This record gives sequence, structure tokens and C-alpha cells, in this order.
Amino acid sequence: MVRRRFAAAGALVAAAALVLSGCANQGGGGAAQTSQAPAPAQPNNAALPAGNGQGKCAPGTSIAYVGTLAGQNAALGQAIANATELAVNQHNQANPGCQVTLVKSDSGGTPDTAVGPTQAVINNPAVLGIVGLPFSGESKAVGPALNAAGLVNITPSATNPGLTKNGWTNFFRGLGNDAVQGPAAAKWLKTKFNPQTVCVIKDDSDYGIGLATAVTQALGPAASCQGDVKTNQKEFSATVGQVQQANPQVIFYAGYYNEASPLIQQLRDAGVQTPFVAPDGVKDPEFVKNAGGAANGAYLTCPCVPQEGFTAFTQAYQQAYGTPPQTYSAEAYDAATILMSGIDKGINTRPALLQYVKTYTGQGLTKKFAWQPNGELTDTPVYVYRVDGSNIVTDSPIS
Amino acid sequence: MLQLINFAHSEIFVIGVFGVYFTFLALGFEPGAVPSLPIGGIIADLVLAGAVGMILAGVAAVLLERVAYRPLRRRNAPRLAFLITAIGASFVIQQLFRIFRGSNPEGTIRLLPPEPVFRVFGAPVTNLQIIIIVASIAMFFAADSFVNRTRLGRGVRAVAQDPATATLMGVNRERVIVLTFLLGGLLAGAAALFYLMTIPQGAVFNGGFLLGIKAFAAAVLGGIGNLRGALLGGLILGIAENYGQSLFGGDWRDVVAFVLLVGVLMFRPTGILGESLGKARV
Repeated sequence: MVRRRFAAAGALVAAAALVLSGCANQGGGGAAQTSQAPAPAQPNNAALPAGNGQGKCAPGTSIAYVGTLAGQNAALGQAIANATELAVNQHNQANPGCQVTLVKSDSGGTPDTAVGPTQAVINNPAVLGIVGLPFSGESKAVGPALNAAGLVNITPSATNPGLTKNGWTNFFRGLGNDAVQGPAAAKWLKTKFNPQTVCVIKDDSDYGIGLATAVTQALGPAASCQGDVKTNQKEFSATVGQVQQANPQVIFYAGYYNEASPLIQQLRDAGVQTPFVAPDGVKDPEFVKNAGGAANGAYLTCPCVPQEGFTAFTQAYQQAYGTPPQTYSAEAYDAATILMSGIDKGINTRPALLQYVKTYTGQGLTKKFAWQPNGELTDTPVYVYRVDGSNIVTDSPIS
Repeated sequence: MLQLINFAHSEIFVIGVFGVYFTFLALGFEPGAVPSLPIGGIIADLVLAGAVGMILAGVAAVLLERVAYRPLRRRNAPRLAFLITAIGASFVIQQLFRIFRGSNPEGTIRLLPPEPVFRVFGAPVTNLQIIIIVASIAMFFAADSFVNRTRLGRGVRAVAQDPATATLMGVNRERVIVLTFLLGGLLAGAAALFYLMTIPQGAVFNGGFLLGIKAFAAAVLGGIGNLRGALLGGLILGIAENYGQSLFGGDWRDVVAFVLLVGVLMFRPTGILGESLGKARV
């Protein structure tokens, strides 16, 4: 029932968005199209923010983005905040009877800074649901407070598996976790390189540690060398020396782009040409920009779905923000859509929206959304991307 | 030197880093590709960028002294208060850079990619490392002979030892303090150039924090208020960290460094060179 209504509305809005974004066409989404695997096209029954245009809600009804805007690894958060904002704007344009306000709260991106901004959102009674938080460490820190408040939050990017093992009833993950990404990455590494030795280097974040553990386990004895780096570290000569000594066939780096760019540059400077594989936390244009050419050829795994095929979305995003959507933009767009579809149906309390998301089933841009009781999705695709010159292009899906 | 630890020094350094970076930008270098310039041109550009970085950092240090330290000194504030204003100033400068340039590191501009020149026991030594070592030794000798051999340097040492007596002896205390800050800023600016050459991702608002802590640890290890000690402390700390990481793994990097620090301070509370030189001075 729900799905059919969305399907009809979806087609309508896709057409509308195409018209709206017509003048952004010359950029073609900005992504290089060389030797690229075909990205999935927009599913024709995907739910879109505009809904059916008949949404009704009280003025002032809000959803919130809580996550980094200017803090640590900000580019990742901005890609999510922008997509959420785009979804809200498209929704409001199509639904004159329901103007949703987007509250943006900068969590700073770290566990120590996230608590205050999140509490401010909890204390704002108009906020019915949250898109966020983007990172695993901060999600862990604010989880108990959000759960106590019964405020539904859909994270478009936090992938630490432990987050759904806390008994929180309000936490939903809009993508595969690292227990999915780690083994998928390991499987892909094995088929691609058939390595005897892999160096798994991790940072000291919840995300990096969790992912490195998953990859190491899945690789088994091949993961013969382990390296550690610290958040904000910029000088990696000891790690480079370690890698040179181990002389692995592949390097897997579990962490964020902030450290990955100097690391790969220093590795390449030292003459280490070993293939470099990194996860979603590194998959950002900032990585390519900051590595100054050294990133070329690096592989990036990500439980995010290539967005080039979602042309209506990518063009609208490009037009609004001047760049193509980045990692997890589409996931955030889907998450916001799900929250607003509930609000459109007249839901006006936190418990009701929470219940709505819990039982939600529907196709989004990126995947089919239907959550298990613990907040994990059932459908969790993982893709491999590749740095090609100064672009990140889709390499292949991991099946 | 002045019985005062400038905790905002790391931000002075960051100002130098951005000064160097903006000079690169102004000279027309784009983030990303390595430009192919004749070596003479590169050296000229680097020297120019370094000079801008030094001047900016020097000016910033003097301004910092005027804003954060002098008012306190006028009122004879306890020493702890200086520490607090320094930390405050450090946050202000950091956050101003964040507002100004955002929190992502600036795109990398690299004029001189490292090339191995020769090997020592299998470890490659790059042209960059040679430049940095030669330059830091030169800077060290310049600073050391300034403090130990010139008239102004004698003034600095006198004020450090006993401000009241030094003033009675005709040393202009305020001028000496400003001079010390200027000198510290200039050196930080020069360091900024070498840092950015090694770590092109270094131009970021919080890039100085970790370095500030390490520098403080190095200074304590070597002996606070002692230039030679700071050099030695920095060298020992860096080597200990890297050996620590190779021997015990990355998690132990800081543990090794700081256990060493504690160990040294237990036997030589004033740092490695602190005591001996202190006596020699008296």
C-alpha cells in the first residue's frame, strides 16, 4: 500500500526534478566516465522526498541533522548535511501543506564534542527525527541520550557494528556496517590480489579499530602485519618503515581521509608502490586533493551505492551545492525521505515516528529499506571505488 | 628562557605555516601537481615563503605578548595566570583559522618532492631531510650564539635569571621580553616552512596542537630554558618514538616517549642539560 503510493509519486517527482535541474546539465554530474563500471540507475519505485505532495503537518515541524559541519573530517559531514537539506527543500517545494524545518547542529565529529549539540536537539520539542550522526565514535557517545529521549535517528554513514548491540530502540543504520564491509573488503582483496601478506593499518577511532578487526579476521593469516596511527598524526615515518620491512602485497588502511592522505603520500615518497585499499572514511575528494597525486590508483571500499546513476538527484545536488554529491549523500537523502514520509502522513510525535520507521518498508534510491529489530538493514550492498587521476570512480560491486 | 612557557607557541607556528602556504598560493602554485621549475627558482620561492612565514609568525608572537602577557605582567599576576591566557589565546587563534579556512587541510602544494640522495645502513636519506638538518643546525647555532654571545642575548639571560636585579642593572626588561617573543616567532616561522615541505598536508587549523605538546615534552626533556637542551630533547624524543613504534607497535609510540620523559626527569628533574648548564652559568 505504502509502496504503491510512493511509486507513483516517485515517478512524478523524478520528472519534476529533472525539469528543475535542467540547467545544471552541462556539468554532467562532474564525474569522469572513463573505464567505469555501470552504476545502478535510480530504481523506478524509489521513495523521494516530495512524496505525493499531499503532506500535512503542523508549522515548525522539524527534523535535524546532527553531525560534523566544521569539525573533524568535515567534508564527510557536509556531504550528508547538504543531501538532507536538499531532501527537505524538495519536500517543502512539493508539499505546500507541510513545511518541514531542518535543524542543523554541528557535533564537531568527535565523541567529546557531540554530546552538547545533540542534547540541544533533544531539548527542541519540534524535532521529531534525526539524520545522523555520521561517525561511529560520536554515535556511541550520544546513543544513550537519544535512546532515552526516544528520538529516532537514522545514521547514513556510521558503520561500527557495535552500535546496534546496545539495545537502543531508536537507532537505525541506513547502510551495511563494518561487519559487512570488512569481510566484503577482505573477500575482494583475496580475489583481486590473492595476497600472502597484507598490512592492516588502523587509526585509533572506534570506526578504524572495528573495521580493522573485521578485515583482519576475514583475511586470516594473510593479515600478517599490523600498524597503528593516531588521529591527527601527520608524520608516519615509523609506519612507513614498518611497511617497508614487511613488504606486503597489499595495504589496507582502516581510518579516515585526514590521516590517509599524508600516509599514502609518505608511503609513495618512500618508494612503496604497494596497492593501497581504504574504506568509506577515506572515500572523499579531500583524500585525493590532500594526497597530492599519491592517491592515484588507490582502491576504496564502501557500503555506499554509486550515485552517478541517480541523475535527478545528482543534478539537483550539483545545482544546489556546486559539486556532485559525495559519499553517503544519497544515503542521507534516503534517510531524510523516510523521516519526512512519516511526517507527511500526519505523524506529530516522536514515539509515533519511531514506530513508523521501525515498521517501514520501501525502496530508496540506494537500496531497499526494511530494518531488523536491532536497527540493521537486511539489504546491504558494498562497492569498490578507485582513484583515477583526481576523480573517484566506481570500480565494481562486491557480490 | 623567561621562566614562562608559551602554550600558544604552537599557534604562532600555525600562523607561520599558513603564511608559507599563502605565499605559495600568491606565487601562483596550484595544489596538486609538482611544478617543474629550475632549482634556483624553487629555492628563491622557498626562501621568500620562509621569510613571509617568519615575519608573520614573529609579528604574531609580539602581538600575542602584548595582548595575552603584558597586561598580566603589569598587574603582577601569578605565573599560573600566564598559562591560562596562553591556552585561551591558543584556542582563539586556532578557531579563527577554522572560521577563516574551514577544518579541512589545505590542498597540498609541494615544490620539492623528496628524492633519496644516499643511504645509511639501508635507510634512504632524502634531499629534503638534508636541507632540514643543515638548516636547523644553522638556525640552532644562530640562536645559540645570539643568546650566549651577544649583548642582547646577555640581557635575555639576565632577565630570565632574575628580572628585578636585571632591571636594576639597566636591562630594559620589557624590551628583552618582546625581543624574546620576536625571536621565538621568527624561529617558529622558519620551522613552519620546513614542516610544510615535509608534511604538505600540514596547513590546517589544529595542526599545531600535537606539535606543541611534543615540543613542550622535548623542551622539558632537554631542560627548560636551555636552547641546546631543547635541540637534544627533540632529537631524543623523536628517535625514542620511532624506535618505540618499531619495537612495540604504534600503540606504544607515545608510551615509550613519555616513559622516557618520566625516567629522565626522575634522575635529572631539570632535564638532561638543565642542571649542568645552569651551574655553568652561575
